[in-house]
Amino acid sequence: MDFGSTFFYKYRRLIKVIKIYLLLAGPGLIVMLADNDAGGITTYAVTGSKFGYGLIWFLLLLLPVAYVVQEMTVRLGAVTKRGHAEAIFDAFGSFWGWFSFLDLALVNWLTLITEFIGMTAALSIFHIPPVITIIIVSVIMMLMVLQGRYWTWEKIAILFAALNLIYIPAAFLVHPSISEVLSVGFVPHFPGGFNSTLFFFLMANIGTTIAPWMIFFQQSAVVDKGMKEKDIPWGQMDTLIGSAFTVIVAIFVIVVSGTVLYGSEIESAAQAASILMTTNPYLGTFIAIGLFDAGFLGAICISLASSWAFGEVFGWAHSLNLKIREAPWFYACYFFALVTAGMVVLIPNAPLVLITLFVQVIAVTLLPAALVFLILLLNNEEIMGKYKNTTAQNIAGAGIIIAIIVLSTLYGITTLFPNLIA
Amino acid sequence: MTDIESLVGTRIGSVIRRWTDKITEINRKYATPRIRMSRGVKVVLLFLRLYLIFLVLLLGYKFWTLLG
Repeated sequence: MDFGSTFFYKYRRLIKVIKIYLLLAGPGLIVMLADNDAGGITTYAVTGSKFGYGLIWFLLLLLPVAYVVQEMTVRLGAVTKRGHAEAIFDAFGSFWGWFSFLDLALVNWLTLITEFIGMTAALSIFHIPPVITIIIVSVIMMLMVLQGRYWTWEKIAILFAALNLIYIPAAFLVHPSISEVLSVGFVPHFPGGFNSTLFFFLMANIGTTIAPWMIFFQQSAVVDKGMKEKDIPWGQMDTLIGSAFTVIVAIFVIVVSGTVLYGSEIESAAQAASILMTTNPYLGTFIAIGLFDAGFLGAICISLASSWAFGEVFGWAHSLNLKIREAPWFYACYFFALVTAGMVVLIPNAPLVLITLFVQVIAVTLLPAALVFLILLLNNEEIMGKYKNTTAQNIAGAGIIIAIIVLSTLYGITTLFPNLIA
Repeated sequence: MTDIESLVGTRIGSVIRRWTDKITEINRKYATPRIRMSRGVKVVLLFLRLYLIFLVLLLGYKFWTLLG
């Protein structure tokens, strides 16, 4: 074959692969970009303002961490055709099942409140009252699920996930020094030395990388999408691409914040956006839109993760492919979580800061259990057959899971007792 | 009329009964763990229990100090 024919053949093949991927892409991409939720964006923005580009290298380490954990949910979902909540009940009995399920329901509901806090804070920069934000968001989220097809929901969610990439053009607006980003950001070091503040931020960044709802969401989404064993490689590719995007977005948030807010004392992404609105309205607008989208993306995934879990445990019909009359309890859970979480944000003088801190602590109680169950299930030959973990996967998985458990526990304890590591 | 229904009324009582029946059914369905309880699995589950007890004690202590 001459060069032209070879090139054309490879080009057609690549287009075909991309087409198949776009058809099968979904759970991995969505869950990973939703991982950069309102809390995540705030963590990255504050990290950038505190350490400049100094911790970009650390975010790169989080790519394999996110991939290794979430990839296991793809295999487990595709092989068992069960969500994580149901898989825990089935494999470990009702005690661990109820513990995981009730903890998940509580953590998700509290996290949903924090997503609403992020969204209302972001739109308040444009002088939109919180009540209007909550009504609009709730209506959009209800319409997204009521059309009765998982596929449609997924493609709409991917569109919102793509908006998460707004931090990339935002970074170009601030004209960072590329050489400085590369020399400071990509060379592993501890800016200012290894101290308690730095350690807290390292833990916070790991804490935002893997959240309990992500495990439950992706496994249930894989099942609802109808993925089979033969689709596992596509699911893995989807998760890998999603992991890469989540790290890329996080890096760009740090580049933005590290360039224009380095040295400022900011506490949230919303605060960063409102400061930037006065000096660079375009950038402030980008940050605010990004924060709103992050909260929205987190909210759609978290509320669905809970509804799927309720359906699995109570044996109700639970699929986005079903109409509201076919799965009334599934949709009732979804709407109930949305409406109540939104209403909490509207309560005057509600302890929203306390809720945000509480989420981090309660999530620590569920994350180790969810991760441990995940790796035990993936090692069970009776359940997984030839798709069970290999030795290499176990070494990587166990190492990462132990590190996550230790660091997220320390993060939770530090949140409870802030002076402990000072 | 059963105990619960006489206590909270027929309508609410029947709702509570439906839920308790459902929970009992779930507990019965998942009474026996499917996974083989090897020594490794038992150790991991014991670790999880101790870890959770530790966290609950820590939360309790924090709550107590807040009240104090």
